[in-house]
Amino acid sequence: MVGRGAMTNSIEELTGSKLLLVTGSNTTETHPVISLRMKKAVKNGAKLIVIDPRKIELTKWASRYIQIRIGTDIPFYNAVANYIIENKLYDKEYVDTRTRGFEELKKHLERYTPEYSAKICGVSVDDIIYTAKEYAAASPKAAVCYTVGITEHSCGTHNVQALANLGMLCGNFGRPNAGINPLRGQNNVQGTSDSGSLPTDLPGYQKIEAPGIVEKFEKIWDAELPRKRGLTKISAMDQMIKGKVKFLYVVGENTVVSDPNANHAEHALKSVDFMIVQDIFMTETAKLADLVLPASSFAEADGTFANTERRIQRVRPSISTPGNAKTDVEILLSLFKVMGRKHKAEKPADIWAEMSSTSPLFSGISYERLENEGGIQWPCPEFSHPGTPYLHKNQMESGEAGIFSPVDHIEPAEPTDDEFPFTLSTGRRRSTYHTGTQTGKAKGFDKLIDQEFVEINPKDAQELKIDELDVIKVESRRGSVEVKARISDKSPVGAVFMSFAFPETTRTNNLTSDAVDFITETPEYKACAVKLSLIR
Amino acid sequence: MLKTDLIKIQVNGTPISIPQDKRVLDAINLSEQKVPTLCFDERIGPQGTCRMCLVEVKLKQQVSYVASCTAMVEENMEVFTHSDSLIEYRKTLLELTLSEIKWDQKSMDNTTLTNNEFKMAVEEYKPTNFFPKLQPREKVKDENPFISRDYDKCIACYRCTNICNDWEQASAITIDGRGQDSKIFSFFDNKLMNSNCTFCGQCINTCPTGALSNKKLELDKPVEKTKTKTVCPYCGVGCGIELISDGKKVLGATPDFSAPSKGSLCVKGQFASWDFVNSKERLTDPLLKNKHGEFEKISWEKALDTFREKLKGSIDNYGPDSTVWWASARVVTESNYLLQKFARTVVGTNNIDNCSRT
Repeated sequence: MVGRGAMTNSIEELTGSKLLLVTGSNTTETHPVISLRMKKAVKNGAKLIVIDPRKIELTKWASRYIQIRIGTDIPFYNAVANYIIENKLYDKEYVDTRTRGFEELKKHLERYTPEYSAKICGVSVDDIIYTAKEYAAASPKAAVCYTVGITEHSCGTHNVQALANLGMLCGNFGRPNAGINPLRGQNNVQGTSDSGSLPTDLPGYQKIEAPGIVEKFEKIWDAELPRKRGLTKISAMDQMIKGKVKFLYVVGENTVVSDPNANHAEHALKSVDFMIVQDIFMTETAKLADLVLPASSFAEADGTFANTERRIQRVRPSISTPGNAKTDVEILLSLFKVMGRKHKAEKPADIWAEMSSTSPLFSGISYERLENEGGIQWPCPEFSHPGTPYLHKNQMESGEAGIFSPVDHIEPAEPTDDEFPFTLSTGRRRSTYHTGTQTGKAKGFDKLIDQEFVEINPKDAQELKIDELDVIKVESRRGSVEVKARISDKSPVGAVFMSFAFPETTRTNNLTSDAVDFITETPEYKACAVKLSLIR
Repeated sequence: MLKTDLIKIQVNGTPISIPQDKRVLDAINLSEQKVPTLCFDERIGPQGTCRMCLVEVKLKQQVSYVASCTAMVEENMEVFTHSDSLIEYRKTLLELTLSEIKWDQKSMDNTTLTNNEFKMAVEEYKPTNFFPKLQPREKVKDENPFISRDYDKCIACYRCTNICNDWEQASAITIDGRGQDSKIFSFFDNKLMNSNCTFCGQCINTCPTGALSNKKLELDKPVEKTKTKTVCPYCGVGCGIELISDGKKVLGATPDFSAPSKGSLCVKGQFASWDFVNSKERLTDPLLKNKHGEFEKISWEKALDTFREKLKGSIDNYGPDSTVWWASARVVTESNYLLQKFARTVVGTNNIDNCSRT
């Protein structure tokens, strides 16, 4: 494993790659501006390999499209790695000098021959062989881009490890126009993790369990700190149902709509004695709260966002908060104050200065620099440091060799069967965003998409006698929704797709399963078993 | 010699060094001088159709006139941007161009281009002689909610079609017809909703005359407007946008061309980044649920007192780990930093997480 959940390289670097391998990312819909750089790369002569169960729009630009069966990423990439090793297409010097565990990996991959994996993945042997040949030939200028199609599986972390193995084999870490690049989904998901809002990490990904870290922060913050790792969101919800959580504070999240198995999530939140929601709208989640605090939208906020390429950018207020609403920073400061612990730094610039000084990742970034130079990419340890367009340049950021992680194929937690014969994947569409609290209010957007649809392959539609726009009941073991059908060969046979942007009419997450990645606890949104029946 | 090796040239007598794979227009910009351009957008590269950037170059005793956006630099080249004949030429060219369209100061002020070269050219060269006006063009019937088209303002610079085809690679629009009849057209029925258009808005953002404009922007209001550079509130790409406001309300958004995203936006950043901000459904007061399960407006003082009382009760009776704190991927890092610090230092729990998993 190497690194953290951020792009190893930069968005703009994609235009200079020799090969882009895009997998589990419907980039033209979910990250449209990154898809432009991909299209530019193709125009500049790059090969584009798209590996995705859904025949997404980006396949139009692809030199190779491989329609992989849902949830079979590991056998595919293991076989690609196996072919690369067997045919000595890997970067031997890089493997010798920058990595560890090659022999173990080699041995582990022996059974993942292209023939063996092709059967599991529902692809041809050539698909695997040519992906291997082309990826190796383009290295070290081959970039992998992935999104939640890779991570939202119960084996999500292992999926990423399989990709990272491939990247290390061919020397694509620490080189420009290369890398393994997760494209992240929300404007400041990166900054939120950077800030230490994680149960295991203090700011700058400094692990609570690493020696000396808690002590270091106790000095900086002049307070005694808890040693025990905290509850992840998913385990916290289990604890809520068990009655162990008495008090819950939620900032700007529509949990009961966005979380899997929504009935379960709602039940969990209702089990808490006192719940506070800090948000800009009365969301489905806020309705469950006992106390609601009116906060700021991005247009009123003063601070920073960090994007998927680790770039810290300034967010500046255009107007002030409506009525008696306060900015999120003001609200947090007042929480400190009411507890008799007035926070010293009050201006966003000073809060940033305090946070950045705690971690070498961003200690070289100040508001003054952001003002003068624009966004800066971490790591940036010194004020004289220009920021880091790509990670792992001369050595892995960990300071140690990159470790190959042998991983095995795991089927989705809820396979299809006779009763529930279809696999449902959920995701976003371009003109609707997440739970729809923002795009749902934008004038004109209802002309683009005005309601939820279930996308179904023409063959399946024919078999079930479903016509375009027929109302369908989609049912899983946890719940059901009624929704109109869109017949589209984007969906592979046996699989259907829905977004979750219209919670008022269609609660897609009533269907999704509780299964989570056994390491990061990311929900398996990309695979749960459903059945379809025609209503009218 | 490498493409990037420096060569020496002069622009209006100012010597500069520039890589030899650059164009004359790059050299002029590098020397901090200016020539007007109309059809040029650096994202789509040189087109050489409008001829507005024509300059005089002297090389080996030979004088010639070249479009600076297309011509490459050469060693010892001397470039002159503002000779008397060039000034006269540009004025005439503008008069010819302006004679073909219906133009006014307002629509040029309202284009979303940050540096509107067309407007600057009109201001610099002050065109005076116009030809008789043409017949008004056909009005476009296209009920899409975002982009309006006015052929009477189109100068056929092709920036919109080039940015759509070469930069966005959406291939939604093309030029139909020739000469004075040429117009922007989309297949098959000229309605953008039925075309490949993704409403990324780049055609609007490159249009120098306002022939293409944003139906949702409220730029006509006679109020003092401010522009604020910030970051789009949607996905993790972090495209730069500028919010336009009258101090009370956000009136719209345009791209920030100076950001790493170079002015690129998608339909959400372009057309959905402000309605929700101004929404009447925004929460404006702290709300406390009463015993009937209804929310009641309360003061911040009461809200914070309630917060303290409930938090203390939970900590005192069940310990700090009976509390859970969820940060948001939608708010600034500084706020999240404070939240986790509060949970850890004031409450004493590591039960802090965010939605990066969901």
